[in-house]
Amino acid sequence: MNGGPGHWTIVPIALPLVAGAAMLLLGESRRRARAAIGLGSALALLAVAAFLLRSAGGPEGEIAIYLPGNWPPPFGIALAVDRLSAVMLTLTALLAVASLVFSLGRWDRAGVHFQPLFQFQLMGLNGAFMTADLFNLFVFFEVLLVASYGLALHGSGTGRVRASLHYIAVNLAASFTFLIGVSLIYGAAGTLNLADLALRIPALDDHRRTLFDAGAAVLALTFLVKAAAWPLNFWLPRLYAVSAAPVAALFAIMTKVGIYALLRIWSVMFGGASGPTPWFGLDWLLAIGLATATLGAMGLLASQHLGRQVAYSVIVTSGTLLAAFGLGREAVMGPALFYLVSSTLAAGAFFLVVELVERNRSFGADMLAITFEAFELGDEQDPDRPDEVVGVAIPMATAFLGLSFVTCALLVAGLPPLSGFLAKFAMLSALLGPVQTATATTGSWLLLAVVILSGLAGVVAFARSGIRGFWASDRGVPRLALAEAAPVVALLLLCAVLAVQAGPVMRYLDDAARALYRPQQYIDAMSAVAVPDRPPGGGTP
Amino acid sequence: MELAYALAIGVLTGAGVWLLLRPRTFQVIMGLSMLSYAVNLFIFGMGRLRVDRPPIVPDIEGAGDPGMYADPLPQALVLTAIVIGFATTALFLVVLLAARGLTGTDHVDGREPNP
Repeated sequence: MNGGPGHWTIVPIALPLVAGAAMLLLGESRRRARAAIGLGSALALLAVAAFLLRSAGGPEGEIAIYLPGNWPPPFGIALAVDRLSAVMLTLTALLAVASLVFSLGRWDRAGVHFQPLFQFQLMGLNGAFMTADLFNLFVFFEVLLVASYGLALHGSGTGRVRASLHYIAVNLAASFTFLIGVSLIYGAAGTLNLADLALRIPALDDHRRTLFDAGAAVLALTFLVKAAAWPLNFWLPRLYAVSAAPVAALFAIMTKVGIYALLRIWSVMFGGASGPTPWFGLDWLLAIGLATATLGAMGLLASQHLGRQVAYSVIVTSGTLLAAFGLGREAVMGPALFYLVSSTLAAGAFFLVVELVERNRSFGADMLAITFEAFELGDEQDPDRPDEVVGVAIPMATAFLGLSFVTCALLVAGLPPLSGFLAKFAMLSALLGPVQTATATTGSWLLLAVVILSGLAGVVAFARSGIRGFWASDRGVPRLALAEAAPVVALLLLCAVLAVQAGPVMRYLDDAARALYRPQQYIDAMSAVAVPDRPPGGGTP
Repeated sequence: MELAYALAIGVLTGAGVWLLLRPRTFQVIMGLSMLSYAVNLFIFGMGRLRVDRPPIVPDIEGAGDPGMYADPLPQALVLTAIVIGFATTALFLVVLLAARGLTGTDHVDGREPNP
């Protein structure tokens, strides 16, 4: 056992499942009990994720393998938690707690079964972050997708149904490509366990190797749909903009599932001694990432609705991460993971703030934000009329909203002094480091330009909507519940902590990135538990 | 048999993709169903096509040669894929009906294109 996490490894999947099922048994009328179970489950998940984070972060980077059916790895389902998985689990739990507390304000009453769906979504997310088997990954993807369909529709209304229709159609088609990819890989290699695949890939003959690469490419297509890579991301801005705020905040991690799956599978399958095509298709990933980030930045500038702007900033993040991975440079990956953590928390907080800002905004105000400038209409206030009073009374709530808006904008655009800046700065400095190949040099410079310019686009877009949103005169005093303000503050404080404690966090993520480029440890850990009568939960022998 | 099988998958996929790209929600859901049939057949085919080979090894003497049996794993995968595909298609059907009710049209964008 080696003092590994033992049976705690299964908790992130089992707990939300049990909590969600218990809520269904309780029925819709026991709202208070449901909320208590949901919040308790999310907090417990956070505690367990923190524990797994600690136990995966040992000096050797212990990888905890858990065998739910106690079948030895190539035959049974296996779960594995290493540093990267633990980071993603923690990130999910943090966003979950924040969104759940926020939803207590009013959103959990806007439709039926919000709380159970939320738990099932968490189960799917956690499972996808831990699984070490391709088909099991498909199952967890479906769990999280089905729950996300329900959550996206939460609150109903024409806008949500229309956006969800596209979202569901696209993701159903993507699920089919996932199955095609998985079965091609199975047909070529005869196994679906990731570590087992890595061991068999070098032995494939040319004919099977081609089939395998085709399967991997089809699989990547699915992950690129989830990661919202251009040109597969047209469903995202509208969906994220119309979703209920706590749902959108949780969805901030959904695109990261696709990125995580790409990182994990490519690292294990193509990272080691994998024969004729090491890091298959990485150049494509670089190009797609750069295109995604560029077009995301354009969308950011073009959108007239604050929610859509934040959605486009999620796309920019995805593109930047994909391109950073596509570079294939180990030094860039650590800072990129830091960027992933920081931007996910920031996007979550931003979606919550958007809801608070938008809901006491007069109808059509954001349409006007751009038309005013385009048609030079000026303010609706008469400029000749002198202000009647000197100085403006700023109510607490307005000040709070303004401050959190500015903080979110700084984080997303990557301006100092918060973690967004540190993440981008670390990435830029790693990009300027020594490189081996000509492609990597060109790619590095392009990514450098894209990171800086997308930050600029973010500043311009958010400054514009900030001016129209907060300095306009057509708004009343916003109302704010404590349950809605607290999660925003917590998420933003977390980003501040991330900035203050950047050293240890960056070291941890650098280690996680290094492990991605040395998958042998992951493969060894899985092969080492291949003894049938061994008790589950053991790590390295 | 391989040719007929491959043609069936190809025709189903072709019809599915074409229908998926049509503007009416009913065509989209039919396309998704066709695609799911094609994909299920495809997974099955990836376990190699063999006649008279059961996927379950009986517990009797002389049942030892694994070459006498079909690979059971793709069949298990197909079962899972059928269940999941069925459930998600049913869910899509509900959303489709909701969209029809809320927007008053069965166009996928929720509004008729300008004539």
